[in-house]
Amino acid sequence: MRQALRKLVARRDLLYMIAWREIKIRYKQSAMGVMWAILLPTVIVAAGIVVRYGMSALSGKTVSMQDIAAVTVKGLVWAFFAGALRFSSTSLIANPNLVTKIYMPREIFPLASVLSQLLDLGVASTLVFVIFLFTRLGASWELLWVPLLLLITVALVTGWALLVSAACLFFRDVKYLIEVFLTFAVFVTPVFYDVSMFQKWANLLLLNPLAPLLGGLEKCIVYGRMPSLPWLSYSAAVALISLAAGFHFFKKWEPKFAENI
Amino acid sequence: MASDVVLRVENVSKRFALGERHDALRDLIPSILANLAGRSRPNSTAKKEFWALRDVSFELCRGEAFGIIGANGAGKSTMLKLITGIMEPTSGRMDIRGRLSALIEVGAGFHPDLTGRENIYLNGTILGMSRAEIDRKFEAIVEFSGLTDFIDTPVKRYSTGMYARLGFSVAAHVDPDILIVDEVLSVGDMAFQNRCLERMNKIIRGGSTVIFVSHNLQAIAELCPRTVLLDAGRVGTIGPSQETIKTYLQCAELGRWSQASDLIVSQINVRGAYGQKVAFDSGEKVWVDVEVQCSCQSQPFSVVLCVYDDKQYEVSHTSTEYLGCPAVSLKPGERFACTFEMDLNLAGGTFYLGVDLFRFDVEKVLYHLFPAATIFVKSHADVRGIVDTHPKIIAFGRASRVRSREEIGKT
Repeated sequence: MRQALRKLVARRDLLYMIAWREIKIRYKQSAMGVMWAILLPTVIVAAGIVVRYGMSALSGKTVSMQDIAAVTVKGLVWAFFAGALRFSSTSLIANPNLVTKIYMPREIFPLASVLSQLLDLGVASTLVFVIFLFTRLGASWELLWVPLLLLITVALVTGWALLVSAACLFFRDVKYLIEVFLTFAVFVTPVFYDVSMFQKWANLLLLNPLAPLLGGLEKCIVYGRMPSLPWLSYSAAVALISLAAGFHFFKKWEPKFAENI
Repeated sequence: MASDVVLRVENVSKRFALGERHDALRDLIPSILANLAGRSRPNSTAKKEFWALRDVSFELCRGEAFGIIGANGAGKSTMLKLITGIMEPTSGRMDIRGRLSALIEVGAGFHPDLTGRENIYLNGTILGMSRAEIDRKFEAIVEFSGLTDFIDTPVKRYSTGMYARLGFSVAAHVDPDILIVDEVLSVGDMAFQNRCLERMNKIIRGGSTVIFVSHNLQAIAELCPRTVLLDAGRVGTIGPSQETIKTYLQCAELGRWSQASDLIVSQINVRGAYGQKVAFDSGEKVWVDVEVQCSCQSQPFSVVLCVYDDKQYEVSHTSTEYLGCPAVSLKPGERFACTFEMDLNLAGGTFYLGVDLFRFDVEKVLYHLFPAATIFVKSHADVRGIVDTHPKIIAFGRASRVRSREEIGKT
């Protein structure tokens, strides 16, 4: 495992170039260019805001600027999570020539997908910044939690991305299962709502490792409060296990890729 | 490992599973359930095996150029994939020392929408260079490819030759400890091919180890002192290239290729008007008898007869199918024979005949035999090249005056 990691580090330029290719092609082929990076997140955020207004009409509570900011933050991170899983699932099968004709650490492909989605998240985050200017939410020291929370999110999604890309190579219909999974997951993940709305069921929802991360980001960015540490360490643990398991199994299956693609 | 051995292959075997494989969960899950219920149908996923390589061993020292030859399906490509680490051997060991670069696919990872410059960086990092290294070598790569004017054009506007030239240029500048070349010299025009051979010579002289797989026996003989012959996954012979190539040609002519095929070309006779011979005059008629044997029920096949020149370019090919004969299926133990008649309208030189058994409806080569026979052609007319066009001079002398373009147009 250590040797595999060292090989991966030695080929970091390749990781960068593959991610760069993915981004460049996406932007070159579409007239909309960089708009792509914010289109999907914007749609998700817009949907979230509509849902929020719908909920407030039912419960009689008005929608505050803070609510909208919260939905924006969580929507963007969700878009990153879903996009990274979706793109990494096809990352290996989209490059059959590179998998069967040339040797390289193959984990570079799912990693590059995650990396390119991360860049999209960065572009889209300027959106958050604009909204923050409007809402005048102001910054707090709690913002220092954001890098850690994002790091855990990236670790979590990377672990899953590794597993999903390999699974898609062996079984082509896993790709469709991912779509089904993501469509369903947006309802059980507190993206458009808060877990607190569910009172005694809140803890059950937080078992979803993404939930404490989204909640934490919302708390420290929008409300300037500290994330819940026990839940955060739970997510971190799940993320680390996912990453280790993802890398382990990916490397274990890798020698069979060329014959099975 | 001895200090100067850079690659050691020890008793390496590789097995492939033939037959259908589950590549979707929707197929896998029902079959698992059927197995659990004890209703497994043994015939549905019959496990057939195929050994692409069996007990192959050899060693390579630093700075050595090593050739791999063999008929189609002998395991050459599988060997390269094992060496490069794309696949793992089923059994056996391989030890590799140093940076390895493989030219198995020219221009791997090229994206049509990216420019030549962008693709150099992409392809270079895929082949194992760092970006800083490409920065340093960029000028040399572009110059070698001869594409200076097109370097900022998307490669989708390149011709096939330009594409291949750019790909080879990048690969030729990797400076690996071990370079693996698989049949890529067949791209580009003659000038570029010569430059590739020169470059490979330079890489060899520079102390790199080179493994060269090719059907171009002449190039193998020129570049590699030592060659291994693979025969149906086993080492046929290993040793000095000239001798290995001779063995290969002899085996091929005798038609005793133990290919993974039930069909075998058992005999080839080349006849002139008065019996068997090998030296012909240009324009003479030649008869080629082909006899096919079958050990099991065969697929329907047609016989393809090819003529190659001494550089192994195909001069012509024909088949029983083209000539209007139906495909043949043989029962176990049956023999089949056919005779081709041809006019040898060839310029003087050495030519090789190749025979394939080909299934046209699914476009599959069932058996490949090259060279099946060698013939020498003597030309009467002084014509150079491949084809005898029977040239004659019917007018010769000073023209009375030069005609204008308009005058030519009128006549």
